[in-house]
Amino acid sequence: MFTTLVFWVAAPLALVMAVGTVVARKVVHSAICLCGMMVALGALYATLEAPFLFVAQILVYTGSIVMLFLFTMMLIGIDTQETLVETIRGQRVASGIAIGALLLLLVLAVGNAIAGGFGTLEDDNAHYSGNAQGLAVLIFTKYVFAFEAAAALVLTAALAAMVLAHTERRSPKVRQRESAAARIRRYAESGTSPAPEAGPGVYARANSIAYPALLPDGSIAGGSVSPTLLGRGDAVLNAETLPALVTEAAAEIAGELPVLTTSAQASSAGDPAATTVSVEPAPDDAEGGAR
Amino acid sequence: MSPNAYLIVSAALFCIGLAGVLIRRNAVVMFMCVELMLNAANLALVTFSKVHSELDGQVAAFFTMVVAAAEVVVGLAIIITIFRSKASLSIDDARRMRH
Repeated sequence: MFTTLVFWVAAPLALVMAVGTVVARKVVHSAICLCGMMVALGALYATLEAPFLFVAQILVYTGSIVMLFLFTMMLIGIDTQETLVETIRGQRVASGIAIGALLLLLVLAVGNAIAGGFGTLEDDNAHYSGNAQGLAVLIFTKYVFAFEAAAALVLTAALAAMVLAHTERRSPKVRQRESAAARIRRYAESGTSPAPEAGPGVYARANSIAYPALLPDGSIAGGSVSPTLLGRGDAVLNAETLPALVTEAAAEIAGELPVLTTSAQASSAGDPAATTVSVEPAPDDAEGGAR
Repeated sequence: MSPNAYLIVSAALFCIGLAGVLIRRNAVVMFMCVELMLNAANLALVTFSKVHSELDGQVAAFFTMVVAAAEVVVGLAIIITIFRSKASLSIDDARRMRH
């Protein structure tokens, strides 16, 4: 009874998460969905009298494999965009038909192949006083050569990953002296400011790093928001709407605080847009320049 | 629960993974979908282990996990290597071997 309940919770969850893995637009969302699918599958293993695999599934898959995926995404950048252009014409339709046919075939074959119900693993599990012990006996007696081959495979894979991911440094390491010289050289050649880029904006309602800083004229200070956030898109407030929002907030504050209203009115006859002019620009602090 | 329910879930998971591999163009997502298919096969193995009252199916699933871990390590290293030279994750860009 309990098994049935777990099945009807875990199996739909696994299917939904699997669909999420395929359709999620962002790679990180795919990875999280995959993680949920693995956990739900682990619950299904638990209902199938496989407690060792239940734990191993969560430890190995969600603990290490999905973590590896996430590490890879951090290395190669989470802001990489996927092209949705079909390179082979009709590929989606053809693959849809193929997948539907395969599902039909599998389900029909399964429906014909399995007539009986479940057996029980209780005897096997109890024979060596536990599921893990029973598996260990099998692995170290009947499947010992497969186990040794798996050990060689894992060792080879670890070495292969080290060889593949390793790169020799071909240029000398850039230290503080070199980077400072390059910064000044850029300033001399192209006029790029040697000062550090402006920090994110701090406003009355938000001090998130996703908010860009504003220049004294109310425009967005370039480079004040991380390119990763810009690439991700939704974390960043739209550059067009921000000045209006700040103006609105400033006007509201000006309405609430009479002192500010008078100062704003004194400067430019109560025009709300002028209030943004009084927003302090981010000062180029000389201490940060040593970075 | 009848074994059929588990096997249908397994078949559906396998087909979803296959759909991801065929439709998505991002190498990392395709790789995740391969993992999905491996897991679907694992579920079938564990189900048949219980159907036949033998632990051998669980041992096979265990070995599948080991192979999947090794495969992920090498595959992700290859993806990183390709990304370093191509600055792209799309598998359509990785056609250097063709010419």
